[in-house]
Amino acid sequence: MKLISIKKPAFPWFGMDIGGTLVKLVYFEPKDITAEEEQEEVDNLKSIRRYLTSNVAYGKTGIRDVHLELRNLTLCGRTGNLHFIRFPTLAMHRFIQMGRDKNFSSLHTTLCATGGGAYKFESDFRTMADLELLKLDELDCLIHGLLYVDSVGFNGHPECYYFENPSDTQNCVKRPCSLDNPFPMLLVNIGSGVSILAVYSKDNYKRVTGTSLGGGTFLGLCCLLTGCETFEEALEMASKGDSTNVDKLVKDIYGGDYERFGLQGSAVASSFGHMMSKEKRESISKEDLARATLVTITNNIGSIARMCAVNEKIERVVFVGNFLRINTVSTKLLAYAMDFWSKGQLKALFLEHEGYFGAVGALLELLKPSEEA
Amino acid sequence: MAGHAGGTKGGSNSMDKSITLPPDEIFRNLENAKRFAIDIGGSLTKLAYYSTVQHKVAKVRSFDHSVKEAEGDPLYEISVQEEITARLHFIKFENAYIGTCLDFIKDHLVNTETKVIKATGGGAYKFKDLIEKKLKLKVDKEDEMTCLIKGCNFVLKNIPHEAFVYAKHADPEFRFQNTHPDIFPYLLINIGSGVSIVKVESEDKFERIGGSSIGGGTFWGLGALLTNTKRFDELLQLASRGQHSNVDMLVKDIYGGAYESLGLTGDLIASSFGKSATTDKQFSKEDMAKSLLHMISNDIGQLACLYARLHNLSRVYFGGFFIRGHPVTMHTITYSINFFTKGEVQALFLRHEGYLGAIGAFLKGAEEDNPNQYSWGENYAGSSGLMSVSPDINPMQRARSGTFDMLEMDRLERQLVNLPLLQDPSSYVPDTVDLTEDSHAREYWLYCFEDALDGVVKRAVASQPDMPEAVDRAEKFRQKYRHKLQTLRQQPFAYGSLTVRSLLDTREHCLNEFNFPDPYSKIKQRENDMALKYYQRVVRGLEELSWEQRQFALVRGLLAGNVFDWGAKAVSDVLESDPGFGFEQAKQQLQERPWLVDAYNQWIERLKGEPHKCALFFVDNSGIDIILGVFPFVRELLIRSTQVVLASNSGPALNDVTNSELQILTERIAGMDPVIQSAVREDRLTLVQSGSSSPCLDLSRLDKVLATVVRERRTDLVVIEGMGRAIHTNYYAALSCESLKLAVIKNSWLAERLGGKIFSVVFKYEVPPKGLDQHRH
Repeated sequence: MKLISIKKPAFPWFGMDIGGTLVKLVYFEPKDITAEEEQEEVDNLKSIRRYLTSNVAYGKTGIRDVHLELRNLTLCGRTGNLHFIRFPTLAMHRFIQMGRDKNFSSLHTTLCATGGGAYKFESDFRTMADLELLKLDELDCLIHGLLYVDSVGFNGHPECYYFENPSDTQNCVKRPCSLDNPFPMLLVNIGSGVSILAVYSKDNYKRVTGTSLGGGTFLGLCCLLTGCETFEEALEMASKGDSTNVDKLVKDIYGGDYERFGLQGSAVASSFGHMMSKEKRESISKEDLARATLVTITNNIGSIARMCAVNEKIERVVFVGNFLRINTVSTKLLAYAMDFWSKGQLKALFLEHEGYFGAVGALLELLKPSEEA
Repeated sequence: MAGHAGGTKGGSNSMDKSITLPPDEIFRNLENAKRFAIDIGGSLTKLAYYSTVQHKVAKVRSFDHSVKEAEGDPLYEISVQEEITARLHFIKFENAYIGTCLDFIKDHLVNTETKVIKATGGGAYKFKDLIEKKLKLKVDKEDEMTCLIKGCNFVLKNIPHEAFVYAKHADPEFRFQNTHPDIFPYLLINIGSGVSIVKVESEDKFERIGGSSIGGGTFWGLGALLTNTKRFDELLQLASRGQHSNVDMLVKDIYGGAYESLGLTGDLIASSFGKSATTDKQFSKEDMAKSLLHMISNDIGQLACLYARLHNLSRVYFGGFFIRGHPVTMHTITYSINFFTKGEVQALFLRHEGYLGAIGAFLKGAEEDNPNQYSWGENYAGSSGLMSVSPDINPMQRARSGTFDMLEMDRLERQLVNLPLLQDPSSYVPDTVDLTEDSHAREYWLYCFEDALDGVVKRAVASQPDMPEAVDRAEKFRQKYRHKLQTLRQQPFAYGSLTVRSLLDTREHCLNEFNFPDPYSKIKQRENDMALKYYQRVVRGLEELSWEQRQFALVRGLLAGNVFDWGAKAVSDVLESDPGFGFEQAKQQLQERPWLVDAYNQWIERLKGEPHKCALFFVDNSGIDIILGVFPFVRELLIRSTQVVLASNSGPALNDVTNSELQILTERIAGMDPVIQSAVREDRLTLVQSGSSSPCLDLSRLDKVLATVVRERRTDLVVIEGMGRAIHTNYYAALSCESLKLAVIKNSWLAERLGGKIFSVVFKYEVPPKGLDQHRH
C-alpha cells in the first residue's frame, strides 16, 4: 500500500558520474521483466540491455567491472542487477555519438549525471544527441551512493573493509567490517584530484578541503617520467619498484634516526630528494620512479587527511575514489599512515566499490520519489 | 661589492677555484676574531665570527673647576680615544669558495685562542675534514633545527623590519613588519629538501609538530627528471616563464567553468599534472616546471595552514633554500597561504633567513658570553642588505655567483626595551613616512642626502685637523655612503623600510666605519661655551615676565633653540655663513602664531591645573637649544614641582647633545643656578641615556635604565623635541600619557608637504583617550 503514488521512471535506469579522467556509469538491469513487459519493450531498449550485459568491454576503452556487480538488488520495487561500467572521459564524445546512433532520446528517460562533466558536456548531450541531463551535485551523489551501497551490502558480504595490523607488513590483512553507524566520518575521495568531506549525516556535510595532488597527478607524472600510458601499467611498474632509491630518507641525511625530533631513519625526508644528484638520476629505473610517485602522492593524501581528521575531531577516515582501484600499495600505505601517525587514534576504512558511489547516487536521484516526477 | 671569479658552471663544489675578491673587504676584523661558526648548506656556506672593533670615540671630560679658568677657555676637553666594541660578522658565499676562504682565514687569524668551530647544516659533515685540516680547529656539530630556531629568535628580536610580507604585484613588493615586543609563539616552516614545521613557544621551547617530504628536494629532483635541468635556480627560472594550465587539470577543464556551489573558481587546479597522463602530447619544460612549482607550493601552504589552525598560531615564517629570497617561491607560497586561510594567516619571510643557521650555531658556541643579554643592532655600513632577485628590478642578480653577502651586527652597550608609555607597543611605528611606499618623498630625500654629502665630508675632515690622512678616510666615507644611497635608489627595501631615520643612521654608521666618531664635537663645544654665557641673562629675563608671558617665552625659547640644527641644510648654511646668528635672531625667524600645528592654548590651560608628577624630555641639539631653550623650560617645570628626566643620546649623532656632554653642562648650569642645583642634588632632575646614537628616536628601542626610571617616577608627560625625533619619527606615536611634540620645520620641502613654509612651528600637545591605563607594566 502506497501513501504517495510513486511514478516509476521509465527504463533504462542509468546513473552517470563524469569525472576529470573517468566516466563512471551504473546500469540497473531488471531481472523481473514480465512477458507482457517484454512485449511492450521497445527494440532499442532491449538492444541497449543486451549490449551492456552481454559484454565486459565496450569499444577500446570501456570496461565493465564484473566483479563489482550487485546481484538481486531490489530498487524501487524492481529486482535486478546493478552493473558498474567505466570509460575515460576522453571518450565522452564517442559515447554521446553512440547515444545518438542508438536513438537514446526516443526512450524519454531522464539521464541523471553528476561530476564536473555533467556541466561541461551538458550542451554536447543536447546538441549532439538531443538528450537533456539532470545535473546533480557530485558530493551529494557521492554520499548518498556510498550510504546506499553500504546499506545493501556486497552480495551478502560487507562493502566496507579495513586492514588489521596496518603497521606490520607481515601480518597486515584485509578484514571486512560494517559501517553501521557511519557518522561522523571524514570522507576522502581520491579521483583526479582529492576532496575531503566531513560528513555528519546523510544530508549534513561540508567540504573541508581538497588537494590537487591526486590520482591524476600520479598518472600524469608517471606518464612523463616513465612513458607509460595507463593507470594499470603505472601501478604494475610501481609494484615492482623501490622508492627508497628515489626518495631521500631521514637516515640518508642523519645517518640514522633524527632523535631530536623523534623521526625514524626510514621515514621519507625528501620525496625525489635523491634525484637532485645527476649520477642517481642516470641510474634510476622506471619502476623505482613509478613507485616513488605512488608513495609520494599517497603519503601526502594521508598526511592532509590526518590533519583534517584531527582538526575536525573525527576518528573514522573513509577513503574512496578510483585512485584506490587495484591499488593495494596505496590502501595499505594509507591504513599504515593513519594508524602510525595518530598512534592508533585514527582508523582508515575502505569500500569495495571505490569510485562508483557518485554514479550510484545519481541513479538514486532518478528513482527518488518526488512531486514533480 | 666583492669581485668575483665569474660563473660557477659545472661542479659547483670543485675546490680549484681561485677568487679575486678583495678579502679584507669581506673578512673584516679577522685579526681579532674569536669564536667561529659555520653553516654549510647544499650550495651556500655561511660563516660567522665574533670580533672586536677598535673605534675612535670622542670623549668629553670636564676640566678641574677648582682652578678658575681664564676667559675663553673651553668648558670641557675633547679627546679622541680608542674604544673596543663587539661585532658579529656573517658572510655568505658559494660552497665552491670554501677552500679559498678557509685558507684566507687561516692566514689572517692572528691572535685567537679559539679551539673549536661550531658547525651546522647538511654540508657540515661533508666538509668536516677540510675545515679541521685547514683551520686547525675542531669541528663541533650542532643540531640544525636548534640552530635555525635560535637564529630566528635572534633576528626577530634584534633586527627591526626583519620580517616582511611579499606581494609580487604591489609597489613596494616587500612590506616590512614592525618588531613585535613579544615574538612568541610562532610557526617556522623550513622548506629545505623536505619540510619541517616547528612551533616555537619561547627561547628554549620548540617542537617539530609536523612536516612533509614534498619540499625543495622534490621540486629540484622531480624538476631535474622532468626538464633535464640541473640547477635549482634554472628550474625556478623555467617555472617563472611557464604556463601551468597546459599541464594541470583545472576545475574548468572538468566543469567547463567554476564549481559554483563550492565556490571553486574555474582556474583552480583540480589535479596537478592531470593533463599529462597521455603520450600523444609533448609538454614544454617551462610548463612542467611551473606546474611542479605550483603543486609543491600549494601543498606546503595547505599543510602550513592546517598546522597553524590546529595550534591556533597566526605568525607563520617561511625559510629554507626553497624560499631564500626567491620572488617566485615567495609569491607562490604567499598565494597558497592566502587561498587556504582566506587571508587569516599571512606568510612572513625574513630578510636574513639565509643566516639563521649560522647565527644559531654561533650563539650556541657563545653561550658563556650571554649574547642574549645584550641588544644588537644591524650595522648598515657593513651589511649587504636584501637584494631583489627579481630580474625586472635587478638584471644583474641572476649572475650572483661569486658575490659575497655580508651581515654585521654591533653589540650595543645597553639593553634596549620599549618605552613603557607606548599606548600599543605592537602597533608602534617610529617612522612618519615610509619612503619605500612614498616614491616622491624617497626621490627627494635621496637627493637631499646626496646633496649634503660634500658638506658632511668637509666637516668630517675639519673635525680632525691634526690627522692628515683624514682626507683619505673622508673620501672613502663619501664613496661608501654614496654607494649605499645608489643601492637604496635601486632597492629601497634593502634594509627594511627606507626612512629618513635609516638614511641618517646609515650615514652615522658609515662615518663611524671610517673613524669619524663625532665630526661635530668641536662645533658643539664652541656652541655650548657660548650659550652658557647667556644662560643667567636669559633666566633673569624670564623671571621678570608675568606667568602667562613667561610660559609663552619659554615655549618660544624652546622652539628658537631648536632652529640651531646642523642636521638641517637650511640652517647649516646660515650657521656656516653667519656664525653670529643668535638666539634673538632665531626667534625672529619663527613663524608667528597660529602655528602650523598649534595646541599652545590647550597646553597653557593644562599648566594652570595640577603639576605633572614627572616629565621625560628627549633633548635634541647642543648649544643654544639645550642651554637656552631646554634648561629654562625644565627649570620652570621643576619650580612647579614636576620631576624631570632628561634623555639624551648615548653616542654622538650630528650636533645632538650626548649624555656625557649633558652631564658636564648640567653641572655647570647647576653651578650658576640654585634651582637646578637643588633639583640635581635632590634627584628631582635626572639624566639618562636613550641608548641610541641616532638623530632620530625609536621608542621601541630605548635603554632599559630609562624605562625603569620612567616607570619608577610615574612619568605622566613626555616632551619630544626636534625634527628628527618629533617629525621624522614619532609624529604619530600614541602615548599612554600626555605628550608635547615640538619642532621647527627647517626644510622647505617638508614644510610644504605639511602645508606650511620653512621655519613653520609644530606644537603638538596630546592627551591620551580617557580610561586608558596610564601605568601599564
